[in-house]
Amino acid sequence: MNEFLQQLINGLSLGAVYALIALGYTMVYGVLRFINFAHGDVFMVGAFAGMYFGRWLKPHLVGWPEWLFAGLILLLVMVACAALGGLVERLAYKPLREKPRLTVLITAIGVSLLLEYTGQLIFGAAPRGFPSLLTSAPIAGLGGLHVSNIQMIVLGVTAALLMCLHYIVMRTRMGLAMRALSLNPTAASLMGVNNSVVISFTFGLGSALAGAGAVFYASLYQAIDPFMGVLPGMKAFVAAVLGGIGSLPGAMVGGLILGVIETLVVGYSQVLGVPPGYRDAVAFVILILILLFKPSGLFGKTLKEKV
Amino acid sequence: MLELENVSAGYGSIAALHGISLRVEKGSIVTLVGANGAGKSSTLRTVSGLLKARSGRVLFCGEDITNWPAHRLVGRGLAHVPEGRMIFANLTVLENLKMGAYLRRDGAGIAADLEFVLETFPRLRERRSQQAGTLSGGEQQMLAIGRALMSKPRLLMLDEPSLGIAPLLVKTIFEKIVQVNRELDLTVLLVEQNAHLALEVSHFGYVLETGRILMADRSESLRSNPAVQAAYLGA
Repeated sequence: MNEFLQQLINGLSLGAVYALIALGYTMVYGVLRFINFAHGDVFMVGAFAGMYFGRWLKPHLVGWPEWLFAGLILLLVMVACAALGGLVERLAYKPLREKPRLTVLITAIGVSLLLEYTGQLIFGAAPRGFPSLLTSAPIAGLGGLHVSNIQMIVLGVTAALLMCLHYIVMRTRMGLAMRALSLNPTAASLMGVNNSVVISFTFGLGSALAGAGAVFYASLYQAIDPFMGVLPGMKAFVAAVLGGIGSLPGAMVGGLILGVIETLVVGYSQVLGVPPGYRDAVAFVILILILLFKPSGLFGKTLKEKV
Repeated sequence: MLELENVSAGYGSIAALHGISLRVEKGSIVTLVGANGAGKSSTLRTVSGLLKARSGRVLFCGEDITNWPAHRLVGRGLAHVPEGRMIFANLTVLENLKMGAYLRRDGAGIAADLEFVLETFPRLRERRSQQAGTLSGGEQQMLAIGRALMSKPRLLMLDEPSLGIAPLLVKTIFEKIVQVNRELDLTVLLVEQNAHLALEVSHFGYVLETGRILMADRSESLRSNPAVQAAYLGA
């Protein structure tokens, strides 16, 4: 039982990262109906931004409590990623607004490669150590469970970010415009919505969440490199499809499920007879199963307008 | 209020409008009638910025608005209820109406207009928390009109409000159109295939054929015009 709980907690903290990235895929899909394959690389840039912000600011903010410093880095990374996401949209996707979706999709793959290899050029190909923003300490009093404070903070802050997102999407004017635009862009513009502004905002919001995911991921695993966005990006995409692409709750739940399944398969590899090296295959097996049996995903629904 | 001068527009290599000129006077209901493909919807789409004009000018309240983006025109008081209604199916009725007031900041004014819309279309009040996609076709049309009214427009453009709607509801909807025209002193530009109905409620009418204006006259005169009767009123 303890073993299972242990794996569950490990899986949830990994799943939280997947969920944060998956939200960006699903939101952009919602407003533009395309998969932004460069999203995982925005995540990667977020991790490097966190590393550099951490290094540069540490000597200047010596007296700061650790949590405040970590919070500041998180916030700065989110802002930097939002700016990068918005910039990518402006430069790469906006000029293609009237073009076929396939053109935009291929452009996204191009942007992805551009970010990866520019990253390699600037940061080098070797993995770098991510500074520990918070001192890692096991939480005592949980019996045989090994849970670090960082895991719990990741889960807690992710929950807080998801609540903020829910508030923005469901309660604010911009959120209403996002939902309207995803349902019918023409009608949204006839209501006075400047679709370009809403699309940029959506990219920024999704990228900021990926930035938060990057800081968490790097804090949990501590090594970062220019290609670190590829697999988490792919897996988060699977998580978004699992939840139902275009659905925000779907992306959250899909991410958590994927993280847990992946961790359980590794944790119980001997029982299952699956070598732990297959952990990365898990997501793609799930993807194949969804596409075969429920392509709309868990929360995917289509309510057609009556004609 | 609205004036088109020799406007041409089209889709790709296909021309939809060949030099349309028309006027909509303040406070009136003006209708465009004509067969399918005559260019009625394209005319509205060109005015509201959904379709680019290739030549000619569109003037709204004295201002040249030719090829302005759609979202900019809403703030100037132009509301377009598009063909097929285009309500936001997964949003509630209230959220749809809120979207209509997207650009407005006057909370009290919005609340008053919401009350007016719900008063005018009691069905919408009954179903205000329901997802709009679950409404019947007629109710969706009411919602689309109500949503347009929420922007507090000076000119309301309606594209085929009777399309695919039960006859009884069509009658109600047209009564409401006349009502808002009178009560709010709202100018209406109405595109309608049901020429009979359109010429009954309107003051002035234009007959379109293959992207050109064939006739322009007061609606009563058009109704009694033998050529119009034969071609559009099935007499």
